[in-house]
Amino acid sequence: MSATTQTPTTPDTRTPSRAARLLGDRRLPVMATALLFLLMYVGALGRYQYYGFAEPQVFLNLFIDNGYLLVAAVGVTFVILSGGIDLSVGSMIGFTTMFTAWLVERQGLPIVVVIPMALAVGAFGGFLMGYVIHNFEIQPFIVTLAGLFLFRGLCLVISKESISIGDSTVSTMAQAQVSLGMGFLSIGAVVALVVLAVAFYVLHYTRFGRRVYAIGGNEQSAMLMGLPQGGTKIAVYTVSGFCSALAGLLFTLYIQSGDPLHATGMELDAIAAVVIGGTLLTGGSGYVLGTLFGVLVLGLIKSVIQFEGTLSSWWTKIATGVLLCAFILIQRFMTTRKKT
Amino acid sequence: MTTSSTTSSRWRGLTRHHLFWPVAVLVLLLLVNVPFTPDFFSVRMADGHLYGSLVSIVLFGSPLILVAVGMTLVIATGGIDLSVGAVVAITGALTCSYISDQADQGALSGVLLAMGLGLLAAVVCGLWNGFLVARMGIQPIIATLIIMVAGRGVAQLITDGQIITVNSEPYKLIGGGYWLTLPFSIFVVAVVVAVTVVLTRRTALGLLVESVGGNAEASRLVGIRSRRIKIMVYVFCALCAGIAGLMISSNTSAADGNNAGLWIELDAILAVVIGGTSLLGGRFSVGGTVVGALVIQTLTTTIYTIGVPTQTNLVFKAAVVIVVCLLQSPKFRAKVFGAAFGARFGAKGGAKPAAAAADTAAATEAAPKMEVS
Repeated sequence: MSATTQTPTTPDTRTPSRAARLLGDRRLPVMATALLFLLMYVGALGRYQYYGFAEPQVFLNLFIDNGYLLVAAVGVTFVILSGGIDLSVGSMIGFTTMFTAWLVERQGLPIVVVIPMALAVGAFGGFLMGYVIHNFEIQPFIVTLAGLFLFRGLCLVISKESISIGDSTVSTMAQAQVSLGMGFLSIGAVVALVVLAVAFYVLHYTRFGRRVYAIGGNEQSAMLMGLPQGGTKIAVYTVSGFCSALAGLLFTLYIQSGDPLHATGMELDAIAAVVIGGTLLTGGSGYVLGTLFGVLVLGLIKSVIQFEGTLSSWWTKIATGVLLCAFILIQRFMTTRKKT
Repeated sequence: MTTSSTTSSRWRGLTRHHLFWPVAVLVLLLLVNVPFTPDFFSVRMADGHLYGSLVSIVLFGSPLILVAVGMTLVIATGGIDLSVGAVVAITGALTCSYISDQADQGALSGVLLAMGLGLLAAVVCGLWNGFLVARMGIQPIIATLIIMVAGRGVAQLITDGQIITVNSEPYKLIGGGYWLTLPFSIFVVAVVVAVTVVLTRRTALGLLVESVGGNAEASRLVGIRSRRIKIMVYVFCALCAGIAGLMISSNTSAADGNNAGLWIELDAILAVVIGGTSLLGGRFSVGGTVVGALVIQTLTTTIYTIGVPTQTNLVFKAAVVIVVCLLQSPKFRAKVFGAAFGARFGAKGGAKPAAAAADTAAATEAAPKMEVS
């Protein structure tokens, strides 16, 4: 909107001031989140520097401990950018841990065979939900809610008790360290960063990515432009299902067991990370890099609470809620300013 | 339609009634139980209380009915309230922690004060939701997400992460006590439902709510205070959730910030959808919602009585959700049962000739791109 008024051919006397232009910038929420993360990190650094917070490994641990959340949140970013929502993420992660643990421990399949199977199941689950959402025009909220019930139920069908994984390949993979000079990353963290990079490329440099933004921005216009709206929608949910399954695999590596109650409510964490990362829940506006910062902020809150020692776990929820609120209000003010 | 006889047109009128499908599903579910427990419908008297499967379905379903009734009005304005589960937890936590601090837990005044405090907290949550949605213009699903995420943390903060148990006779009444041979909670539910129905159908309030849900801006232009209506429905929904929270914590005599009312928002939304209220807003049916909530509770009971292993409970539920939603989707009916059937059950009101309706359905099916305009 502001781009048209600023074209050199039509000099506008009401050229927005620098501050107004800055406020209208779509990247502002992402930068705000990044700034918030930096401030929180510096603040924590000042407070806990004698407790070893300054070690680079503490920073790298943010990726190690939240790699699975990052992957899940990247999948959710696709869905939210397209204007939908996916509530089945947490159950899908729980189901994947169960599925993997069951196949590896009870059926004796090698993990190399199980990984593609789990990913295929996740992608297929996402595809099914996308298919129903597009073809029968049922709201994504309800369809993915059914998905939430279904996958949580399937966890319990596999086994009511948790299955711990004692497989040697899995534990080798889980304990593998990728050295970075000043510290190390786990395989899960590396995979998460690769997923982030791929998602960044897909969203900003491919036709599919532009379609996701277009459909989220205005579905009717996208359809009138002749974009393959149905295919894109189904693909978005497939991507989310795939990412959830991958997040489930990383979670399995991280925790080395399958449990029917793993990752309960993680869809909320993922959605919160996406929103804190500056993506509009109405779709069409946001960056996957913002999601990275959203996940890092949530992870940092968790580590601060760990370092504080006296704070209890429920402060994580309250802090997440307060941050969520703050970012929703910031976004709200920004979008109203753009309209006027 | 001209060729059809009177009986078939009466049948058609019956099947078109908005309560037909929910009630049919409920009756079907109830009948499924009979082969497994022959005395399913019998209600017997013991210790001056009525016992029986039907009574327990209503008893265990009452918190869900309450939450779902509140949710119906919110959904009718085109919104959604995800925070009800957290409100249930907060109310229970606050009330129980206040009662447990009392020297005499059985004192009626203390219990009433505690319940008042809990409900006040619920109303504050509702006001906050309403403020965000109506004043700040934030999407309801996001606005209520805040309390959904933070609320459980607050509830755990109140209870200090513990499960607070209380031992109070008067408090036990609301969720687990009996009055006039029936569980007391049934009366609470009946009063709330009756008040809601009277307020929305005997006054213009229901119409105002529906008009706000249909088009908030247009309603505002014709002079309806749509913002005030919206705030009101969120407060009402939170209040219903608060009462449900009292019931749940009273029934177990304990407040569990982590698990009280877990996923009740999803069940409540499901009940509303099964009851035939469109998630898009603009029309609602409180009766349908009550039936929908009973369907969900009966489904749970049925799963136990017919001996489905409890672990497949959720899969079963997912299957029912999918089937109900697919049946409600006009596009699905048109695709699966053919255009004529889809149009017959999809068209609202009998004024349209069946042939014309079938034609439009066929046209939309043949050229889905035309729907945009």
